[in-house]
Amino acid sequence: MARADVAVVGAGPIGLAVAWRCAARGLRVTVHDPAPGSGASAVAAGMLAPVAEAYFGERELTGLLVESAARWPAFAAELTEASGVELGYRTEGTLLVGLTADDLAEARRLWAYQQEIGLPVTPLRPSQLRDREPALAPRVRGGALAATDHQVDPRLLVPALRTAAERAGAVLVPGPVGTLSDLDAAVTVVAAGCGAAALTGLPIRPVKGQVLRLRAPGGAAPGFRHVIRGYADGEQVYLVPRSGGEVVVGATVEERRDTDVSAGAVLRLLRAAVDLVPELAEYDLVETAAGLRPGTPDNAPILGELPGRPGVLVAAGHHRHGIVLTPVTADLIADLVTTGRPDPLLAPFRPDRFTSPPGTGATGAPAASGSAASAVAGSGSAASGAAVPGWAASGAVAPRAAAPRAAAPRAAAPRAVASGAAAGGAGGDAAAVAGGDDVTVRTGEEDPWN
Amino acid sequence: MTFRLGGVEFTSRLILGTGGAANLHVLEEAIHASGTELVTLALRRVDTAPGMGGGLLDLLDRCGVRLLPNTAGCYTAVEAVKVARLARDAFDTDWIKLEVIGDERTLLPDGVELLRAAEELVADGFTVLPYTSDDPVLARRLVDVGCAGVMPAGAPIGSGLGISNPHHIRLIRQTVEVPVILDAGIGTASEAALAMELGCDAVMLASAVTRAADPVAMATAMRYAVQAGRLAAGAGRIPRRHHALASTPDEGRPEL
Repeated sequence: MARADVAVVGAGPIGLAVAWRCAARGLRVTVHDPAPGSGASAVAAGMLAPVAEAYFGERELTGLLVESAARWPAFAAELTEASGVELGYRTEGTLLVGLTADDLAEARRLWAYQQEIGLPVTPLRPSQLRDREPALAPRVRGGALAATDHQVDPRLLVPALRTAAERAGAVLVPGPVGTLSDLDAAVTVVAAGCGAAALTGLPIRPVKGQVLRLRAPGGAAPGFRHVIRGYADGEQVYLVPRSGGEVVVGATVEERRDTDVSAGAVLRLLRAAVDLVPELAEYDLVETAAGLRPGTPDNAPILGELPGRPGVLVAAGHHRHGIVLTPVTADLIADLVTTGRPDPLLAPFRPDRFTSPPGTGATGAPAASGSAASAVAGSGSAASGAAVPGWAASGAVAPRAAAPRAAAPRAAAPRAVASGAAAGGAGGDAAAVAGGDDVTVRTGEEDPWN
Repeated sequence: MTFRLGGVEFTSRLILGTGGAANLHVLEEAIHASGTELVTLALRRVDTAPGMGGGLLDLLDRCGVRLLPNTAGCYTAVEAVKVARLARDAFDTDWIKLEVIGDERTLLPDGVELLRAAEELVADGFTVLPYTSDDPVLARRLVDVGCAGVMPAGAPIGSGLGISNPHHIRLIRQTVEVPVILDAGIGTASEAALAMELGCDAVMLASAVTRAADPVAMATAMRYAVQAGRLAAGAGRIPRRHHALASTPDEGRPEL
C-alpha cells in the first residue's frame, strides 16, 4: 500500500469512526491497534445521555454531548446501511429515579440544573412513573423522564464501525504503536483512549469502572424498556435493558488502573439494582467486568492538533462519553483532516488547554485558532514523521517514581490569616484578614471583601 | 496565628477531603481557592502504583499540600490498623486520619473499635487523628491513648446537617488539650464559622465543597468562614439580651 494519508492509532469506536469518515472521503487510511475494540468500549453500557450526564460546571462538555446525541439517529442509520449491522439503537428514553427521600432530593437538585440550562427533563407523577415502568420497586419515591436520552449497544457498534471502515477502504494494521514517529502518514490521528497519554504526554488517566451484565431468565426480554438511572441509598446506578434479554448494571468510578472485579462493588451495584427493580434478583448474573475510562482533568475530551506537532491530531480522553461522542468526534476530526481548519465546536476541547496549571488564572482560555493541521488535500509534504523534539520529550508523562511521596507542608511564606485572634488572645485587627492576606483566589478576580 | 498539629505548623485551619469530586480540574482550583495545606484521601480511592500520570496524587503534589491518608471504609480495628500501615508505606507519612465506621447507613464511628485501633497505631509510632463522635468522654479516652488531636463529627458524613450538638463540641474543646478539628456534617459556610466560634482549632470538610454546584466558590467561602469564626471566637461577642439596647446614646440630643 502507498503511504497513507491518515494513520489512526486506536481501533475503538472513536478511531474506527474517524477512519470510516476519512476513508469515505477518499483518503487512504490505516488503523493501528494490537487489539481492536478491547478498551473502554468493551464494557461500556452505551447510554447516549447528554441530559442525565449534564453536571454543574461542565456546560461546554454538555453542549458537545447534546450536539453529538443529535447526530446519532442519522449516524446510526448510515452506519447500519454501510455495515449491514443493527446497532441496538433504542429510543424509549431514560427514567431518572430516586429510591429514598434523600435520593430524590439529590436527583431533583440535578433535574433543576438540567432544566435551568434548557435540557428536556420532565418530572413524572408517581402514577405516570409506574405506568411507564411497572417493574420499578414501589419503594421508589419519584422520578423524571429524559425522553431524548437514548441507548446503543457498544458491542454491536464496534464491529459495525470496523466493517464500515474496511468496506470504505481503511486498512486495519494489527500491532502496537511504540511512538508516533513510527507511523508513515501525512496526518496521524491519536484515538488510543488511555493509551494516548504515553503517545502524546497529554493528561489522560485511567478511571476504573466495574460493570455487570445480567440476563432475563428463559431468554425473555427484560421486564423494563427504558434505561433507568438513579440513586439508591446514595449509590448511583444505571440499568440498561437490551432487547436480547441482557441488562447492563453499572458502574463504579474509581481512580485506579487495575481491571480487577471486587466483591464489594458487585454487592453495591446489585443491591442498588435490585432496590430499584426487584425482579432483577431473579436474573442470571452472566458477566462481571472492569474497564478503564480515559479520563481528563475536566472530564471533557481532547480534540485537535497536538501543540508543536503539525500533522498530529488527538481524538482521545472521552472519559464516560466515548459512545455518545463518536459521531461528532468522527465528523469534526475528519473535517479537520481534510480542511485543516478546526470547527468552532472544537475550540473548548483543544489539546493545549492543559498547558498552564490551574490556580494561575491562565487556564481554560483556548487562544484563537492558530496553526491548523496540515491539510491532506493539496499538501503531500506534511512531515508528520519528523517528530518535533521539544514537545515529545518535555510533554511525556514521566512514570511516577515508585518511591514514596514526600509530604511537604506548603511553602513557608506566611499567610496573614486571622492574626492575633486566638481564643484567649486580644482582639485581632479584622482588617488584617481582609487586607494583607493572599485572599485573591483566581488571578484577576476581585477580592470580594475589598 | 498558626495552628500546630502533630508538631507541624499550619497557616490554614481548613482541611479538605477529596471524596465526591466529580472533576479533577475543578478540585484543583477548589484546593487553591480554599488555601488549605492539608488534604485527606482514602488509600482505597487511589492507585499508588507508578505511572498514574494526570491523577489525583499528581494533582495533590502540584498543589503542594501535605497528605493526610485516611482509613475510610474500615469497619473493624484490625482492618483499620492494616490499612493505616499500608497507607504509611504508600504515602511515606505516619500521619493517619483514623476512621472505623460502626454503621453503614449513618457512617458514624464505632467508639470501641476506634479506641483499640488508636491505641495500637500510637504504639506503632503513628500520629493518629481519629474521626470520632461528639462524645466528650470518648474524646478524652482517645487523647489518653495518645492521639495527636480529635476529629468529632458535627453530623453524619456527607449529610450537610451542620453541627447537631454544638454544646458537646464545646465540651470536647474544654475537655482535651490537643487540637479539636470539627469533621463531617458541614454543609455551608456559616456552619464552618460556627465550629470555629465553638472553639475548634480547625475544620475538616469534603462534600460541602466537592458536591457544591460551584466548588471553587464554596471553597473560597469556607476559607473566609474559618477565618471569620476564628476571629469572632477571640473577639468577645456581646451577651444575648431579651430586649433592645440602643446603640446610639441619648446624650446630646438637640432640643426641639
